[in-house]
Amino acid sequence: MTAVIDVRGLNKNFGRVRALDNLDLTLDAGEVHGFLGPNGAGKSTTIRVLLGLLRADSGTVRLFGEDPWERAVGLHGRLAYVPGDVNLWPKITGGEAIDLFASLRGGVNPKRKADLLERFDLDPTKKTRSYSKGNRQKVALVAALASDVELLVLDEPTSGLDPLMELVFQQCIREAKDQGRTVLLSSHILAEVESLCDKVTIIRQGHAVQTGTLAELRHLSRTAVVVICDGEATSVASLTGVHDVHQDGDRVLFTVDDDALPAAMAHLLPLGIRSFTSTPPTLEELFVHHYGNGVRAAAGVEES
Amino acid sequence: MNAHTLAAPPVASRVQHHGGNELTGTAGLLRFALRRDRIRIPAWALGIGSLVGYFGAVVPLAYPDQAALQTRAEIMKDPAGALLAGPGYGLDNYSLGTMIANEILGMAAVASALMSVFLVIRHTRAEEESGRAELIRAGRVGRFAPLTAALATLLVANAAVFLVLSAAMLANSLAVADSLAIAAGVGLVGVAFGAVGAVTAQLTEHARPASGMAGAVVGLAYILRGIGDSQQLGGSTLSWLSPIGWAQQTRAFFDLRWWPLLLCVALAAVLAPVAYILAGRRDLGAGLLPARPGRASATRFFVHPAGLRLRMERGSIISWCAGLFIFALLTGSLGEAIVASFEAQPEMAAILGMATTGDVLRGALAAFLKYFAMAVAVYAVISVNRLGKEESEGRTGAVLSTKVSRQGWIASALLVTVPASALLLAVSGLGLGLGALSTAGGESVVGEFTAAGLAFLPLVLCFAGAAVLAYGLHSGTWWVWVLVVASLVVGLYGPALNMPDAVLDAEPFGLVPAVPSVELDPVPLLWMSAAAVVLTAAGTAAFRRRDLEA
Repeated sequence: MTAVIDVRGLNKNFGRVRALDNLDLTLDAGEVHGFLGPNGAGKSTTIRVLLGLLRADSGTVRLFGEDPWERAVGLHGRLAYVPGDVNLWPKITGGEAIDLFASLRGGVNPKRKADLLERFDLDPTKKTRSYSKGNRQKVALVAALASDVELLVLDEPTSGLDPLMELVFQQCIREAKDQGRTVLLSSHILAEVESLCDKVTIIRQGHAVQTGTLAELRHLSRTAVVVICDGEATSVASLTGVHDVHQDGDRVLFTVDDDALPAAMAHLLPLGIRSFTSTPPTLEELFVHHYGNGVRAAAGVEES
Repeated sequence: MNAHTLAAPPVASRVQHHGGNELTGTAGLLRFALRRDRIRIPAWALGIGSLVGYFGAVVPLAYPDQAALQTRAEIMKDPAGALLAGPGYGLDNYSLGTMIANEILGMAAVASALMSVFLVIRHTRAEEESGRAELIRAGRVGRFAPLTAALATLLVANAAVFLVLSAAMLANSLAVADSLAIAAGVGLVGVAFGAVGAVTAQLTEHARPASGMAGAVVGLAYILRGIGDSQQLGGSTLSWLSPIGWAQQTRAFFDLRWWPLLLCVALAAVLAPVAYILAGRRDLGAGLLPARPGRASATRFFVHPAGLRLRMERGSIISWCAGLFIFALLTGSLGEAIVASFEAQPEMAAILGMATTGDVLRGALAAFLKYFAMAVAVYAVISVNRLGKEESEGRTGAVLSTKVSRQGWIASALLVTVPASALLLAVSGLGLGLGALSTAGGESVVGEFTAAGLAFLPLVLCFAGAAVLAYGLHSGTWWVWVLVVASLVVGLYGPALNMPDAVLDAEPFGLVPAVPSVELDPVPLLWMSAAAVVLTAAGTAAFRRRDLEA
């Protein structure tokens, strides 16, 4: 089976600025794929190349096995795109904008549109000029979700949405996944990615620095452990793969490499464990881990 | 946003005290506005000044002696000449000065009026529409500061026009007081119409209809004084209803009087407070006409890209139609007078570049039809240029991420521009024909001119095609406007200014057969059609090869 999205060695320059640097990205059918990276990392550029709006300088880009630059129109009938900053035409209403976008993709499902309008609590009779950012975002989301397409390309789709609408959005994406649709979700809301995505790609300076399932990515980072023992738990520091050991009252805190965790457990057990908490790294920590020293220092995350 | 806009503090951030009033921040906003317009204002001033400078250089060549000048003056005594020029003071002893007062002052006043309307609306309603005004007003900026800063910028811009125009006149060794009166007239007309713009800016939520309304007032003012001036030498009551007429009524270089300029000042002094009152009664970003709920669903017609396009352009097409029709009707109704004057003075027809043999009425109206076709060409270029605006405002990407192809997107734009251009040409011809019908000409003239308007369609589409090429190449639209303006200037003023035949022959509007006064020769029309197709195809091909901007 061909991948829905298959990008290999993609390069894109704007003048002398290298926007994408040998980027790889693969999405299989039915997968919800998180696309993470700091501002300016090249997420939107990648998406615009995938949509055939920008032409790749080099590398291969395949959408449903076809070149999106050459075959843009045919491919666009199979996908729906939601930009992070939705600009709408003045004079028209939100309902008309939804119908326009959905129709240009091949047709609107009126029942689903009505359902989505209700769930997203959007008044379709208002002129687009009077919409807030969140409401403009809802217009694009409803139009995309009401279209019968195989692939959803979402570029920070929930920016400006309130927390309740964020939950509605997550539910809609789960339903899309249940229907077998593929989703590329570029987002800065890590809780959203963590709860929705099967796989994650982190890009930095136009290059994919990490890709895999969340479990695989967690594997690459350390688990934080807090333990209270009858014995002297700080002795765990002598083990290889154990870092940052320090004591806080009764509690001893340390981080441990994934593969050193069994050894650490074996070391602690004879000491009489009274309390033990281990926290796998959050996506946020993974994200920060890949962003270099400046960001780490700014985020106040300890280096080890 | 670039470094300049970041560097220039739009808000008076250095205010120390905690008070502040509704004008707080005006000085900062004014500096910021002047910075934003540091190219525009000098460009307009130099443009208006160079019109006079060019005239001063060319008139002695085109009209070497007093006899030649008097033939020109005879034309201006005529209703048709007065309609286009001015009230005709000093025609008995025509000179460069009276010529400028009579023929150039009106056009320069229209230019400064349009400059002023665009300027005020750009700094008020357009800022609100874009949302930038919200950021500004969220700072230590009073409610009336943006409007006050815009009006102050208006004064600066018209002062610049006054200075450059005075310098251009004095450089031609013209009388000082009269020169200053002309320059002041142009500047004060600008101020008055800027005040009109300040009022219309309060009425609508969007900048375009606000500009459209104020622009229509400028057009009306020109037509009013035109009709008034053609009714009697020195102008009738109608001339006195027009601010442009007031500037012309200073009788510069004939019997100078200053007081008509006070009328411009008075108009501005009345309208500006109206703008403040209206601004004080509405919310930021709101118009005075409340928005009503619209359709919850789109009609089937609308969900096509061309339907969307038509919806966006509908209002502008209707305005163009109404404006061209009214102007054409007025021009046509002067047909009889034009014929009479041509028969009396064949040399006038020659100077206006019109045929003097055969059916004089049809010949004259066919020449006027050319001027309407020029206006339609301007519409066509503006219409195509909306493609660029759509892209820079970030809406094109959303459409092109659907099943709409790039060539389909351009085609949908042309699907509106082409029929609309044809409609505008036909309406212009219809207006001329109906106007002529009411005075002379016989019934066949209506159908003949409606059809004759369409003869210009291939040429208008060449300009549209050039605009498509500019869009496809992402080259900027300036060179298309250079083509348009060069064609207009040569077409309008070329015969009067004795331009070389090679230049006159290359003027595209002159290449269209002047039907119905001559036989329809299809060959040039076929060439123009082919050129329009090639330009459009090249532009489309270029667009398919380039990256989308935003």
